[in-house]
Amino acid sequence: MADTKTRRKTDDKKGGTKTELEGFSREMLHCFLRQMLLYRRFEEKAEEAYAIGKIGGFCHLHIGQEAAAHGLAGPLRPDDYLLTSYRDHTQAIAKGVDPGPVMAELYGRKGGSVGGKGGSMHIFGVDVGFMGGHGIVGGQIPLATGMGWAIRYRKSDQICVCCLGDAAVNQGAFLESLNMAAIWKLPVIYVVENNEYGMGTAFSRVSAQPVFERAQGTGVPAHAVDGQDVLATWRLMERLVSEVRKGAGPQYVDCRTYRFRGHSMSDPVSGTYRSRQEVEGKKDTADPITILRDRLFDEKLLTQGELEEIDGEVREAIEEAVRFAEESPVPDAADLYTQTYSQINEHGRLFLDRDHGEHPSATLNT
Amino acid sequence: MATITYRDALNEALVEEMERDESVFLMGEEVAEYDGAYKVSKGLLDRFGDGRVVDSPISELGFAGLGVGAAMVGLRPVIEFMTFNFSFLALDAVINSAAKMHYMSGGQINIPLVFRGPTGAALQLSAQHSQSCETWYLHAPGVKVVTPATPADAKGLLKAAIRDGDPVAVMEGELLYNMKGEVPDVEDGDFVIPLGLADVKREGGDVSIITNGAMVHLALMAATKLEKEGIETEVLDLRSLRPLDVNAILATVQKTNRAVVLEEGWPYVGLGSTIVSIIQEEAFDDLDAPVLRVSQADVPMPYAKNLEQMAKPSIEGVMDACKKVLYL
Repeated sequence: MADTKTRRKTDDKKGGTKTELEGFSREMLHCFLRQMLLYRRFEEKAEEAYAIGKIGGFCHLHIGQEAAAHGLAGPLRPDDYLLTSYRDHTQAIAKGVDPGPVMAELYGRKGGSVGGKGGSMHIFGVDVGFMGGHGIVGGQIPLATGMGWAIRYRKSDQICVCCLGDAAVNQGAFLESLNMAAIWKLPVIYVVENNEYGMGTAFSRVSAQPVFERAQGTGVPAHAVDGQDVLATWRLMERLVSEVRKGAGPQYVDCRTYRFRGHSMSDPVSGTYRSRQEVEGKKDTADPITILRDRLFDEKLLTQGELEEIDGEVREAIEEAVRFAEESPVPDAADLYTQTYSQINEHGRLFLDRDHGEHPSATLNT
Repeated sequence: MATITYRDALNEALVEEMERDESVFLMGEEVAEYDGAYKVSKGLLDRFGDGRVVDSPISELGFAGLGVGAAMVGLRPVIEFMTFNFSFLALDAVINSAAKMHYMSGGQINIPLVFRGPTGAALQLSAQHSQSCETWYLHAPGVKVVTPATPADAKGLLKAAIRDGDPVAVMEGELLYNMKGEVPDVEDGDFVIPLGLADVKREGGDVSIITNGAMVHLALMAATKLEKEGIETEVLDLRSLRPLDVNAILATVQKTNRAVVLEEGWPYVGLGSTIVSIIQEEAFDDLDAPVLRVSQADVPMPYAKNLEQMAKPSIEGVMDACKKVLYL
C-alpha cells in the first residue's frame, strides 16, 4: 500500500528548491500524486464498503494501476472519448466523473453516475467523454472503433482511447477492430493495461506471443511503456494523442502494469496462480505512487509536509464521496422500466409483462 | 402508386433517409462495390460515396460493434448483415451492447441503429443458412424488431426504423426480394409506417391466422384455398414484433374466436408461444377452441428437397390447423 510516511530521511528545510522534473512543473507533479492517491484511497474505501456489504456484485479494483489510470486519461480533452472494461472506477474519475456519483453507483443509489442501474462495471459520464465501463472482456473494443469512425465521419479532431486488459487481446473483437481501424485510419489509441493476468490465468500461459507483439499484422503501430511510471505514461500518451489528432491513425500501447489485488473482490490476491512473494515484491518495487513520491523527495520537489497535506485533501474528498453515496436514496420502484428504450413508440407494446390493456383478465397480472 | 420490388422498396427507403439525414450511413459486407449480396444497396455507392456506403471486412462482431459505437456518439448507422444467420457472430454487440446501453448508462446514451438483412429459409441452403432469427433478437429488452412482408411495408418500416431512437432489427424475407407490390409514389410525400402497427392483410370471420414476414404469403395462399371450402379466414400480419400490436391480436381473436399462429421459426420458446400466451391471458373468454401453432419442424433445416419441404411450414399444415380450431 502506498504510504505517506517516508521511508528515507528527508530534510524539509532543503525540500522544495527545484521547480520541475522532465518538463513537468512542481504543481503538475503534485497534481499527479494527488490524483493517484485519490484513486488509491477511493478503491481502498470501496474495498471496505464491499467487505461490510454496502457494495454488491462484482467489484474490480484498480489498486496498483493508478499511474496507468492517470497517464492514459490525463492528456485527453474533455470532448475526447475514453472507454474501458469493467475495471472502471478510477478511469472514470480520471476522465472527469466526480468521485461521489461513482461511489454512489457502487452503492446502487439514485445519485449514482447511472442512477444505480449499472453498478461497479458500468460507470458512464458522457458529459466528460467517459463512454463507459463495459462488462464483457473485449466488448468495448469494437465500440471504441465505432467512436473513432464517428469522429472521422464528422471530420472532427477528437480522439478515442480504448482501454482493455491484456486478456482481451485474445478476443476476436480485438483483431477485427484493429484491422478496421487501420484500413480506415481511425483516431483510436488502443491501450492494453497489461497487468499480466486475465483473472487467475497468467497471460503468458494462454498466449503464444507477448502483448506488445499482438498488433503485428494489423498495420497498427505498437508502443510500450512502463505503466507504473506516471510521467513516462503521460508523456507517451501526450505524444500519441497529439499525433493521432493530426491524423496519424490508430496506435497500440502495451502499458505494463500490475494489479495488487485479486481480479475482483471475490477473488484471492494470490494463491494458485501467483505467489504471495510475487505480489509483495511488486508492491515493494513497483508501486506507482511510491515510485513518484520517492522520486519527488529525491529531486527535492516534495516535502513531507506537502505530502501530508495532499493526503489530507484526498482523504477529505473520499469522505465526501462516501457521504454523497450514503445520503443518496435507493432508486425508485418506478425506475425499473425506465431507460430500457429511449423512444416509447405510440403503437404496440414494448414490454410484455406490463400495460396489459383493459381486458378484465389483465388484472391477473397487475 | 408505383409497382416495384421489395428489393427496390428497401433501396428507396435507404436513399430517402440518407438524403434526409447526413448522419445515416450504410455498412456491411459487399454493400458498396458489389451493390449488396441481394442488390438492396444498388447504386448507393455512386450516389453517396464510399464515406457513407462502406464495404466492411468479414468481421460481423467488429462492424456490428462499430455501428453500436458510432450510434453511441450520435450517428445513425444502418448495419447490413448479409444474412441474419451471420449475425450470431455479432450477438455480443447486439445483445450486450446495443440492447442494454441505454439502460446501463442510466439513459445517458441511446442507440439509433438499424441492423438489417434477410432472415428465414431460402431454397436448399440447409442448416446454417436457412433459419428464422427473430427469436434471438426479440428475447432482449432494448431491441425492436420488424419483419416486413410486402414492398410497401419494407419501405415504410425501414424508414421508421432508421428514424427510431433505439436499435431496430429489420428482418427481411430472403425469398421476398423479387416480390412486386404497390408502393406510394415518391412524389406523394414521405411514406413511413410507424412501428407497432399490425395490418389485416385479408379479412374473414371464421378463423384468424396470426403471422409475420414471409409467412404472411403462405397464410394468404392457405386462406384462398380455405375460401373454396367455404371458410373465411382473416390474416393478421403483425409486421412489427416488438413493439407488438397486442390490440390487433385481441381484436382479431374477438372477431373470429379461433386462431392459428403461424411462424417461420422453431416452436420451442418462440414467437408463436408468446402470442398464444398473450391470447390466453387476455382473450381467454373469447376463444371457442385452443389456439394452435404452425412452425418449422423442430429440427435444423435439412438440405434434401423432400425433407426441406417437410421441415417448412406448409399451406396444407396451415389449412389443417385452421380446420382443427373450427372442429372440422
